[in-house]
Amino acid sequence: MNALLLHRAAKPLLFVLASGPFLWLLYGAVTHGLGPNPAEALTRGTGDWVLRFLCLTLAVTPLRQWTGWTALARLRRMLGLFAFFYAVLHLLCYAWLDMGFEVSAIVRDIPKRPFVLVGSLAMLLMLPLAATSFNRALRALGAARWRRLHRLVYATALLGLLHFFWMRSAKNNFGEVAGYAAILAVLLGWRLWAAWRMRTAAGAARKPRERLTS
Amino acid sequence: MHFIKERGYRPLRGEAITPREVYAHRRDFLGRLAAGSAGAALAAWAARDAFAQTAGPGRLRPLPAGKSAVSGALTMEKLTSYQDVSSYNNFYEFGTDKADPARHAGTLKTQPWSVVVEGEVKKPGSWDIDALLKLAPMEERIYRMRCVEGWSMVIPWVGYSLAELVKRVEPTGNAKFLQFVTLADKTQMQGLRSSVLDWPYVEGLRLDEARHPLAMLVFGLYGEVLPNQNGAPVRLVVPWKYGFKSAKSIVRIRFVDKQPKTSWESAAASEYGFYSNVNPKVDHPRWSQATERRIGDDGLLSKKRPTLMFNGYEAQVGQLYAGMDLGKFY
Repeated sequence: MNALLLHRAAKPLLFVLASGPFLWLLYGAVTHGLGPNPAEALTRGTGDWVLRFLCLTLAVTPLRQWTGWTALARLRRMLGLFAFFYAVLHLLCYAWLDMGFEVSAIVRDIPKRPFVLVGSLAMLLMLPLAATSFNRALRALGAARWRRLHRLVYATALLGLLHFFWMRSAKNNFGEVAGYAAILAVLLGWRLWAAWRMRTAAGAARKPRERLTS
Repeated sequence: MHFIKERGYRPLRGEAITPREVYAHRRDFLGRLAAGSAGAALAAWAARDAFAQTAGPGRLRPLPAGKSAVSGALTMEKLTSYQDVSSYNNFYEFGTDKADPARHAGTLKTQPWSVVVEGEVKKPGSWDIDALLKLAPMEERIYRMRCVEGWSMVIPWVGYSLAELVKRVEPTGNAKFLQFVTLADKTQMQGLRSSVLDWPYVEGLRLDEARHPLAMLVFGLYGEVLPNQNGAPVRLVVPWKYGFKSAKSIVRIRFVDKQPKTSWESAAASEYGFYSNVNPKVDHPRWSQATERRIGDDGLLSKKRPTLMFNGYEAQVGQLYAGMDLGKFY
């Protein structure tokens, strides 16, 4: 598996796969294939993919630990950047297709739909992560600081989930929300558990505290 | 430009180009002519009224209708396609996604069907669907339909004024409101498994609203009987109110003296009032009602269109609410 992941085609292949939903939605928009309400289909479609890519990104480290496929780590940045990419599209769909880029309409809309605010905040928290995603930024920040900064992704995932929950609460329709909640609970719960174990182990051995790789 | 001349090119004079509107109209006319002749071949001397009716996709039983003389009953706006009208629905008895009703409503049994009329009327009783179909002449009416969620359609309904039924059952002096009860059968409607709303779905109108000629008892659309997902075999259509007021698949109409509680009022009284008249000035607590997206017509990038007071039927129904505070009675 590691050999496969290390193959030089692995990253380009992931790029093509991850672009798939975007190309599919774009194709649908151009060919009128998105059903009776294309604006809604685009907004919801891009939103769904933000959550999916966030889950995939957050699954890299646990999977790496459980399976020993250490080379998965190479793909994490691209997954995270795709989550950001779909988040930008999602925000664009809202601001453009729903609000017509009218600032006054957005200002009036936000207090009515607080979940828009929560979504925007989640999106905002992704900005510094996307901006420091390249190697030189990592080196400039130093690994420890970079890692601490990139823990913001946990907040993004939780806010994204809250945003989705709030949106769906209008119709008491929580099936899908529960699915994402369960996945995130496992992925974030595992991290908490690993950190706690690390800490107790470190305490028992009276070693200086170690930081768990995110 | 020398060689062009050699080939015998003569520049086209502006007046020789057929303007787009003219040829579009011409094609439309030819198309109608073809459709008309096909119809005539099928149904010999099909009533002249049938020619006035919007052509359906030929999927369901035809429901011929005459033109309506009711004021405001025929908007000239572009129709929403049959495909969109029958595939983008809110009918929670079949699921909360807009595509669910078209997917799951096949299990709805619309025959036999009857509607019980009871309460404050001199002539209570059970009306068989066939009797209802013959109660008054069928009319085609093209109404705007504005959903409370902020989208709208233009639909050619087939039916007649609800007032026709109201007149025949003779409301007593105590009758002030009508309550509409819709079908709730778990064996036919899989959405009932979820508890989004308290089933059965109930709606209501004030008696004078029910008597307004625009309030319609509907049996078909696009010249054919209603598709199940649109509320077959009989539904209400009240074009000046948000779409959810137009109860689908009705099984009971109760004439009562007190304002009945509606399903959406029971679910969220602060968000959905009894009246629920389309009103761009009274927002839903969670979104604006000032604009709407016309399904299938407004381009993806075009701005949403402004929502009209009483969905554009103010001239016809405004007097029903004279002196009422519409912000309070939303």
